[in-house]
This record gives sequence, structure tokens and C-alpha cells, in this order.
Amino acid sequence: MKKMKKSTRTAFLTYLSVILVFAVMYALDSAGMLTRSLSGQLVPICCYMSMAVSLNLTVGILGELSLGHAGFMSVGAFSGVIASMYMKDIIPSVPLRLALTMIVGAALAAVAGVIVGAPVLRLRGDYLAIVTLAFGEIIKDLVNCLLVGYDSKGLHIAMNLTGNMSINDLGLEPTGVAIIKGAQGATSTLTIASFTAGFILVMITLFVVFNLVNSRAGRAIMALRDNTIAAESVGINITKYKMMAFVTSSALAGAAGALYGVNYSSLQATKFNFNTSILILVFVVLGGLGNLWGSLVAAAALTILPEALRQFSDYRMLVYAIVLILVMLATNNPTLKAALGRLKPSKKQEKEAAGNV
Amino acid sequence: MKKKFLALMTASALALSLAACGGSSSSAASSSAASSAPASSGATSGAASGSAGGTFKIGVIGPLTGENAIYGQAVANGAQIAVDEINAEGGAIQFEMKSEDDVADGETSVNAYHNLQDWGMQVLVGPTTTGASTAVAAEAYNDRVFMLTPSASSTDVVSGKDNVFQVCFTDPNQGIGAADYMAENMADSKIAVIYRNDDAYSQGIHDTFVSEAAAKGLEIVYEGTFTADTATDFSVQLTGAQSAGADTVFLPIYYQPASVILNQANAMGYEPTFFGVDGMDGILTMEGFDPALAEGVMLLTPFSADATDELTQNFVAAYQAAYGDIPNQFAADAYDAVYAVKAALEAAGCTSDMDAATICEAMVAAMPTISVDGLTGKGMTWAATGEVSKAPMAVVIKDGVYTLPD
Amino acid sequence: MEFLSYLISGISLGSVYAIIALGYTMVYGIAKMLNFAHGDIIMVGGYISFCSISYLGLPSWVAVLLATLVCTVLGVVIEALAYRPLRSAPSLAVLITAIGVSYFLQNSALLIWKAAPKVYPPVVSGSLKLMGDQLSIPYVSLLTIVACLVIMAGLTVFTSKSKMGKAMRACSEDKGAAQLMGINVNATISVTFAIGSALAAIAGVLLCSSYGTLMPTTGSMPGIKAFTAAVFGGIGSIPGAFLGGLLLGVIESLSKAYISTQLANTIVFAVLIVVLLVKPAGLLGKYVPEKV
Repeated sequence: MKKMKKSTRTAFLTYLSVILVFAVMYALDSAGMLTRSLSGQLVPICCYMSMAVSLNLTVGILGELSLGHAGFMSVGAFSGVIASMYMKDIIPSVPLRLALTMIVGAALAAVAGVIVGAPVLRLRGDYLAIVTLAFGEIIKDLVNCLLVGYDSKGLHIAMNLTGNMSINDLGLEPTGVAIIKGAQGATSTLTIASFTAGFILVMITLFVVFNLVNSRAGRAIMALRDNTIAAESVGINITKYKMMAFVTSSALAGAAGALYGVNYSSLQATKFNFNTSILILVFVVLGGLGNLWGSLVAAAALTILPEALRQFSDYRMLVYAIVLILVMLATNNPTLKAALGRLKPSKKQEKEAAGNV
Repeated sequence: MKKKFLALMTASALALSLAACGGSSSSAASSSAASSAPASSGATSGAASGSAGGTFKIGVIGPLTGENAIYGQAVANGAQIAVDEINAEGGAIQFEMKSEDDVADGETSVNAYHNLQDWGMQVLVGPTTTGASTAVAAEAYNDRVFMLTPSASSTDVVSGKDNVFQVCFTDPNQGIGAADYMAENMADSKIAVIYRNDDAYSQGIHDTFVSEAAAKGLEIVYEGTFTADTATDFSVQLTGAQSAGADTVFLPIYYQPASVILNQANAMGYEPTFFGVDGMDGILTMEGFDPALAEGVMLLTPFSADATDELTQNFVAAYQAAYGDIPNQFAADAYDAVYAVKAALEAAGCTSDMDAATICEAMVAAMPTISVDGLTGKGMTWAATGEVSKAPMAVVIKDGVYTLPD
Repeated sequence: MEFLSYLISGISLGSVYAIIALGYTMVYGIAKMLNFAHGDIIMVGGYISFCSISYLGLPSWVAVLLATLVCTVLGVVIEALAYRPLRSAPSLAVLITAIGVSYFLQNSALLIWKAAPKVYPPVVSGSLKLMGDQLSIPYVSLLTIVACLVIMAGLTVFTSKSKMGKAMRACSEDKGAAQLMGINVNATISVTFAIGSALAAIAGVLLCSSYGTLMPTTGSMPGIKAFTAAVFGGIGSIPGAFLGGLLLGVIESLSKAYISTQLANTIVFAVLIVVLLVKPAGLLGKYVPEKV
């Protein structure tokens, strides 16, 4: 252990704790020891963990504020739902279909990432943030116009841009199945997601991000974050590395979205709005920028928190807001931070590095 | 150092997740204890009929917070009034009710549903909104929990699920009903439709209305849409409808945006006949709304808070006493839902010591056999597919009250 | 004729965005933070004026004054309690805190005023008929446009002439240097929040008067749009926020009328993206190249 590099050790320990937690939760769940409430949240928690880790790649490691991450989740979710429904009869094996669903979701979200990233990454700071927000809203509006169905002739896709079309305009055969009906979204889809798939998704996400960060490319990306001009002057290709991080991040979000999409039998585009993007950003900031296991813990904690607060009934979301503000105040209070810093001198430097975004 | 910190965090994460389990496990433990005992008796109680009784746990789900809170709160309050009435009567069937918030979101709704299961819910009244209901219906179908939604109107909610029923009209039912009414009573009118195209309810009614209108030869001269994000300014849609010469504007939307539309049409001096659906109900009771603006508005609604029958008047009085508002159609649907559950439990001869799945099977069989006289319809019956059969009633607003059209 | 009426409704909508965006942009210019709770202050302003008109029976202008007062105090209190302790924290931490404040305000409003939407009594009613009744312009729209122009002119004079305005500009350039010159940075930031929140209250009254209803979530979408408008015009720039707000309103209104009611938002955001690609710091923003 001592000879291992610090970054490798962090990665190793993170994998190990994820595996441990998964094993414990899986055992508890199989034994029926978990409440229905908690076991029902296992898959969405995995999705949000994966979303948080992937957004951390953009915000924490690349250092660009993105307010439209839910847009990629949306692309992944809806393409995943289409793929899963379309392959329903072709591929009987559920795990295989689930894997393909997630791959399709990731692939289409990656395409969206390229389309969004190419213009967006030329901008800086808050201008970049607002453009990602704009893309997130555009994706939401476009998905709202989407009509998709399939029959023996294959997929039928139409964009209801004028608002005058309905699912009947797709010209489906009588045996055809409508998958996405505009604003009504995807309904009556098969739910094939499982906790194991969620676990694998989180592991793959961690694996990809850790390996990217600890590679030559990752060091280039972090150099861009810390000082773009200095990085450029030593010959780092800005566009290439920014795109690499951004597209990886959106592809992982797409995979998470696909799993999320097939976990519920009904899905509307409005689910993936600005508020969802913000929610994921909260996970990342609370867990610590650039800190992957922090994102995991924050995503799990903040997904469970509103459920755990149900006993407050009407005051639930109010309490959530207060907790959020207090946590931010507590973790960023200079006095508290100084006290922590004295205990852990090495941590302080890292925090500062991450803080300079 | 790093390792120690990591270990600390992992430990705290574990502690947190355990705390989360712990928070609800006390109730879960008691409920599993409670439901494991009847599981054995449940097997034998299938034969028991006619001796329905005990305290049943019913769960209610709806958006109690967020922008759709008005609907969820109405459902929770309406159901609570029915439960209180039934408990006060002291009959064989008593209810214990718990309502959970779902912010009109599928994921949260499923969480709320699971939370209610942990509490020991035997029958589900809810969720309130269509998207959330479709998500929960799939879970309820798999878990065999009887579900009766007061207000989710899409056919997707009930289709293919034998244990899911609706109290409200379905979207096609409303769209067709509106088109048929117009074809019979105002066949020559030029119709404009303004609907919210990011809302399943609104788009669903719009789609069936348009196809039925085409079949009946009605003339639609303008179709305008809006989304939640653009629901503040309708001057463009109204100007479009006006210049297309529309004399009837069909509004398959909820009353809040409808009130804005009426207001802005009035400001523009545009005075067509506005025609609404059940979501329009409630517009007269909005605080600060000038009823003169709604003069002549027609709507199809199953419920009217101004109705003079004793049932409605008692309900409205009880609701106002308890919550200070005049109940809308959602509250009435939820009230009827609880009575429908009671009727079905009686018909099925369920006892409260049965588990949810046993109750579900018995109620699924009983549902098509019952008939309920409720606030939203006399002699409501249910098809085995889950759809309710009741007659939509067309009313006209005159002097601030609903009246039957001439 | 139709075109004119679409244009006027667009300008009126844009004026509301502009007033909100002015608040956004001032706070951003000085505190360097995106105050996501700004939209919810609008909602609070709306409710306060609604209550004073409907429950207390006060005349409209007193209601507006009262709403402005309450929101000003609210803005200062929020700044002091939630944002000031984070002055030295990373900007993202402040952003998340602002989101927390936004949730807090929305949910408090839900508990205080309940979920049922309220119908807002417009502060002025009726409309101006022109050209033989072919064109009718609601007086509220005219009031909104005039209010926006007055506020914009007032702010420009304030920031360029008054002592406090100069202190604000100094703080937005360099807080450290401003402090060394004897400017009380904390007080300056408080005043900025006070002005921004007062503007939000006025915007709330005008928004609710034009669009008639009031809910706990009334402020969130106009807040996001105004944020977009502020960036569109160049965040930190007062004329920029004004121009951005107006353009946004007009584009939204015209694209609803002539392209698609469905895609109005999409078109607004698409125009924003194109503008930012051509002018990366917004229409009137200064692009400051990074110095090494």
C-alpha cells in the first residue's frame, strides 16, 4: 500500500468502498431487511451518483460550470427508453438489453455532447454556464415535441414542432406501439433496471473518470483548469482536451439517464429541467469539486434526505432548504476551515486549488 | 492522512445510510410485524365475505408542495374529509389515512408510494397527476396493491393494469365529450384551441378533441400552445385566435392559466365563448378572481361547488370549515374515491387484517359490481379496465355560478 | 397592426425582464455572484402588494411602496445572513447557497400563502385604443415600459454621479483597492442588494399586473429569463441588462406569433447562444482578455 501512488490509492479505496457498500446493501435488500422506501431508491441513487461523478468531471476537473447536465441525462433517458422498447422482442435477455440500452443512451448523449460542446467550450465562466443552461432548456423543449413509435417496419420518428401533430400522424400499423408521445412522454415502458446494473454503472463511471484523471490527458485537463494560458503556452491543445472531458462527461450522464429511464414506466421531458441540473450541481459542490467519492456520498445523502424528511410533512422542503444553506455555511466558514486546515495541512492546499475555479 | 479522512467519510456515509434506514425502520418493523401476522390469516380469509370490517390503512399521494400543490392538497384534504366522515359514523369499516408529497414527479411519487408501503398501506388513493400515476401504477401492478387515482385522467394510467382504477373522466372521454357537445349545440362555430403542450393532461384532451372534431365536421381555425415556461403571456395566442375569426375558444387546461387567458382576453376586448373541461373547475373560487370575467364560460365538469344537493353542500361546508377554501373538482374526486374504496371493501368482504395483495385481488373482483353515488356523479360504476362511467355535465357560468345551459 | 400589437406586448414583457435583469446585473457586478434567489424576491414582492391591496385595502401606490420596503429589507437580511459569511468562499458555494435561499423563499411562501394561485388586481386597468380601436395597448404595458425607462435612467445617473454609485463601481473593479481607499465594502454590497431587491419588488408588481396570477413559483421562470437577459446584454453592464431584457421580450413575443408558440423558449435560447458565440461577453459587455 505504501508504494502505491496517492491518486491510485484514492481510486482503489473508492472502488473498494463502493463494492463494500454495494455488497452490504445487496445482501440487506435480498434478505428483505431494507424498507421498501430505501430499496426503491437504490437505482435512482446509483443514477444520481453517476450523474454527480460525471458532472464533477466537467465542473471540478475541467473547471467549467455547467448548468445543463440534466439535458444529457434526458437524451440518454429517452434514447434508452426507445432502444429498450424497440429491442423488447429482438433481444429476450434482460441484462443484455439493459447493457445495450445504456450503451445507446451513452452514445447519443455523447453526440449531443459534441454538438453542445463545440460552441460552448469557446466561452468562459458565467457565459459558458448560461449557454449550457440554454442548451438544457432547448433539449427539454425539443424532447417535448418528439413523437416516436415502432411497428414491423421499424421506428417512426416525428418532430411535432408546430404543435398540430399527435401520435396518430406517425402512421403506425395497428399493431405498432407508441413509445414517446410528445408532452405525455414515454409511458407504459418496461422497467428493466436493477440495482446490480446501477452498481456496474457507478463502477464504470468511476473507472472511466479515475483513469482519465490519472492519465496524461487528465493532467492536461487539470492544467487547463488551473491556468489556461500557461497550459496553452506549453503546447496543450485546449479544444481537444476540453472536448474530451466534456464529451466523456455527457456520455456518462447519458448512460445514467438510460438506466434512470428504464427504472420508471413513465417519463416526461419536464423531469430533466433546470432544477434537476441544479440538483446534480449541488451534489458536486457539496461533495467537493474534483472529489469523486465526495460526489458519491453527497448524491446518496441528498437523494435520501428529502425522503428521510417526510416526517416533517409540509415543512419537508423548507427543512431541506435550511439544511442546504447551513451545510454550505458550515463547510465554507473561514474559521471552521482554518481549524480543519490546521489539522490537515495537505487537505487545505487541495481545497484551495479546487476553490480557484 | 488522506486514508484516515477517507475512512472517516466512509464511516460517516455508512452511518448516514444506516440512520436513513433507522429513521424509517421503526415504522417498517411495526408494519411488517403487523402485516406478517395477517399474511397467515389472509390465506383463509378469502372465503370470508359480508363481514367486512376493521381499520384499513389508506395512502394518498399528490403534490403537496411545488407548483402543482393546489391539486395535491385538494386531493389530500378531500380524502381526509371522507375519512373523517366515515370514521365518525362508526361503521364496521374505519380508515387510517396518510398523505405523502410527490411534487408531481414520477420518481418522488414512486418513493412516496414505497414510503407508504413501509407504513403498512393497504389501499392506495392516488397519485394525483398523470405522469406520476403512470409511474406508480406500474409498481402497484407488480406489487399487487389496489390503486384508485382520483384525478389522473390519461388512459395510460389504467391500461393493461387490472388493479388500477380512476375516479375522474379519461382524457379521450373529455375530448370527445367536448367535441360532441359542440357539434350538437354550436356546430357552426369557428373554434380555436389553446392548450399546454408540455402537460400530459392538456395534450391528451387536445389530441382526442381534434380528431373527434374532424370526425364531426367542426371547424378548427386556430391552434395555439404554451408551456409551463411561457404560461404568463397569452396575448400572442389570443391575437392569433381573434384574427383567425374564432368565436369559440376551447381551453383544455387547468384553471390557473385559464384565468390569465380570460383576463388578457378581456383586456384586449376579445369576447368569444370560452369552453373548458374539468380542469377549469375552481376558477370561480380563485382568490381575487373577478367572476364577471368568466361570464358565459362553458365547461364540462362532474362537480360544482354551487350544486344544491345535500351531499355537495355538506361537503363544501366541511371543507371550508377545515381548510378555509372552497373545494374544487380534485377534492371532490378524492372524496368519492374514498367512498368507492369503502364500497368495494364492503362488497369484497375484506377485513383489515388481510394484507394488501389479498385486499387487492378481492377489490379488483368487487370493483365492477359496485355503484357509488358521489359528489362527481350519481350511480358511478367501473369497468374492469379501470375506467369510470359517469356523465359529464355541461354548465355555463352565469352571474358567478354554474347553471345548466338553456 | 397585429405586428404592432405583438411588438408592444414584447416590449412590455421585455421591460419586466429588463427591470429584473438590472437587479441581477448589479448584484453580479459587485458581489460577483449569481443570485438565484432574485426571482423569488419578485414573488415575495408580488405577495406583499397583493396582501396590502386585497386584505388591507390600501391604495396601489402604498402597496407598491410597502412591497418595495419589505423586499429591500429582505434582500439585505438575506445578504447578511446567507451570503456575507461566504464572502471569501468559492463562487460555486455561494451559488448553491443562493439556490438554498430560493428553495427556502418558495417553500415559505407556500406555507404562508398556500398553493392556490391568487388573482392579482392590476395596479392600473383598461387600455389605450389607437387607430380607430384597431390597436389596443393595455395601460399596464405602458406603465411597465415607462417604469423600466425611469429605473434605467435613474440607475445610470446613480452609478455615475453619486458617491455610493461610485463606490459600487470601485468595488466591482477591485474590492481590495476599494477598501484601501476607505470604501466600506460590506456596506456597499448591502446597498447593492437593497437596490436590487427593491427593483425586484417593482418588477413583481408589474409582472403580476400584466399576467394576473400569483403563485409561490411565479418568480422562478422570469428569474431565469432575466438572468439570460443579463448575460445576453453583458453581465455587469446596466445598459446591457436593459437592452438584453428588451430584446429577449421582443424575440419571445415575435417568435410565438410568427414561428411557433411551442418553440418560443427554444428560439430565445438559440439566439442567445448565437449572440454569445459572436460576442463572447454579451452585447454590451466588455471582453477583458486575461493577463498573465
